[in-house]
Amino acid sequence: MLCENMIKELHEKLLAREITAVALAEEYFARIEAKNGDLNAYLTITKEQALKDAAFVDEKIANGEPIGMLAGIPGAIKDNICVAGVRATAASKILDNFIAPYDATVIDRLKKENAIFLGKTNLDEFAMGASTENSAYGPVKNPLDPARVPGGSSGGSAAAVAGDMAVWALGTDTGGSIRQPASFCGLVGLKPTYGRVSRFGAIAMASSLDQIGPFAKTVEDVAIVLSAISGFDIHDATTGESDAKDYTGFLDGNIKGLRIGVPEEYFSADLDTRVRAVAEKAIEQFRALGAEIIPISLPRSKYALAVYYLVMPCEVSSNLARYDGIRFGLSVNDEKNSTPETSALLETYLDTRRYGFGSEVKRRVMLGTYALSAGYYDAYYKKAQQVRRLIREDFEQAFESVDLIFSPTAPEAAFKFGEKSDDPLKMYLSDIYTVTANLVGVPAISFPMGGIEDDGKMLPIGGQLMGKWYDEENVLRAADAFERATLKN
Amino acid sequence: MLSVEEVKHIARLARIGLSDEEVSKYQKELSAILDFFKELEAVPTEGVLPMGNITGKSDALREDSVQSLSAAQRDALIANMPAVKDGFVKVKSVF
Repeated sequence: MLCENMIKELHEKLLAREITAVALAEEYFARIEAKNGDLNAYLTITKEQALKDAAFVDEKIANGEPIGMLAGIPGAIKDNICVAGVRATAASKILDNFIAPYDATVIDRLKKENAIFLGKTNLDEFAMGASTENSAYGPVKNPLDPARVPGGSSGGSAAAVAGDMAVWALGTDTGGSIRQPASFCGLVGLKPTYGRVSRFGAIAMASSLDQIGPFAKTVEDVAIVLSAISGFDIHDATTGESDAKDYTGFLDGNIKGLRIGVPEEYFSADLDTRVRAVAEKAIEQFRALGAEIIPISLPRSKYALAVYYLVMPCEVSSNLARYDGIRFGLSVNDEKNSTPETSALLETYLDTRRYGFGSEVKRRVMLGTYALSAGYYDAYYKKAQQVRRLIREDFEQAFESVDLIFSPTAPEAAFKFGEKSDDPLKMYLSDIYTVTANLVGVPAISFPMGGIEDDGKMLPIGGQLMGKWYDEENVLRAADAFERATLKN
Repeated sequence: MLSVEEVKHIARLARIGLSDEEVSKYQKELSAILDFFKELEAVPTEGVLPMGNITGKSDALREDSVQSLSAAQRDALIANMPAVKDGFVKVKSVF
């Protein structure tokens, strides 16, 4: 079966002409046709263009021209990343009819590698959520157990890869939206260092937190995609580190002497005993591989969730102001709510956003608006940004004695639909281990570290490794070493 | 607990129309979330610089020059406009 293979193996098969890029793409489209009606991972399928691009790769191979590792390899793109000429909804009714007028930088780079895009994947609306239950187009089912969520907000991308409907996928991560779905679906998912990958063409959620990153079944595949998309971009002033790197070069399996910190705050008495057991086993595995395990403390990390759920809605309220029914997207003015004080223009704004945005989006926009408003700015937003700096100082201090920081990715395995959707705060707690990496800007990976049993089902649990700023090498190296060791067992 | 007036004011600032039931719903939900932030009040932050820019970079400037769009690019933008007249986006009058 074609889709069992990793990127390198598929690449070699293409070069050896054992398979064609067109046949590979068609295989994946057949799977999407069979499964997507149920799983709802994809919102838009881009078959015509994909087959054209695949034919182009086959032609290059036939002519003996060199091709990159990703050429002809089918992947999926989260629907908050712009692909020119293709619908981009951010899973919101407010962008239901929006056609992206340009390629995101990451898309442009992947096109240069001749990667194949199968389609755009489903997500929580505007990337706000941890389950895809906030999508305006229906939730995504976890391929490992359709009664459960795939995680969010990049649940569609995770389900596409985990359901063998894509070899790789792109997601975005603002508070854990790549890592948590990776954990829930048994995949590898990476949030790069803030500034490592250009955000140009990603529909902005929270500009000081957002990052685009890859999903795949193995660390090597994630490293291949990361290599293609990362690097300085003139269109994104927050990108740094100009030199293009081949991250696969660091996967030598050697982590002897690597110092892995285990924060006491992440292993409190509240942690589910099943998750703790799996995490402790993973720690022993790292030890067996020669890593030095060092207990550390991140004293201000307990404030991270509050800081995140304050800073993020503030930035969201600013970024989502553009959805006003004027230049693009849904435009509504039902003239039902006019009063002498409401101009027709104001009513366009009020109606468009009333009907276009879902509840979670409205909640966060209003929260942010309040926290930034006159009289509240100092007590809320400014205070949160001050505590943010203190949280970062804890990390700077910890990284003087360790190279990596380990924890579970999420406090639980994939939960069932409806379990958390009645209480916004309950849903926010899913992010407890992931938000910190976005607040301080460090790279963080989720890799499969074991399974737990829940209600008679065996479900995957992800481990998280956070690295120093711009140290994706050690993050990938350690996750890869773990993967190799556990695959042998 | 936020008052109904405060919620209506926030919704107005956020340009989101709300029904009376929605005002009541968001009043409860927003108040619960705002309570969650109270724990930050206890954190000592005197003299701590707020951190918004986490890259340490500043003043990434570019030449202030006009970049012309091709006809195809213009068309792609116009295609997304809800209301168009003579290649211009049409809006309700401001006054």
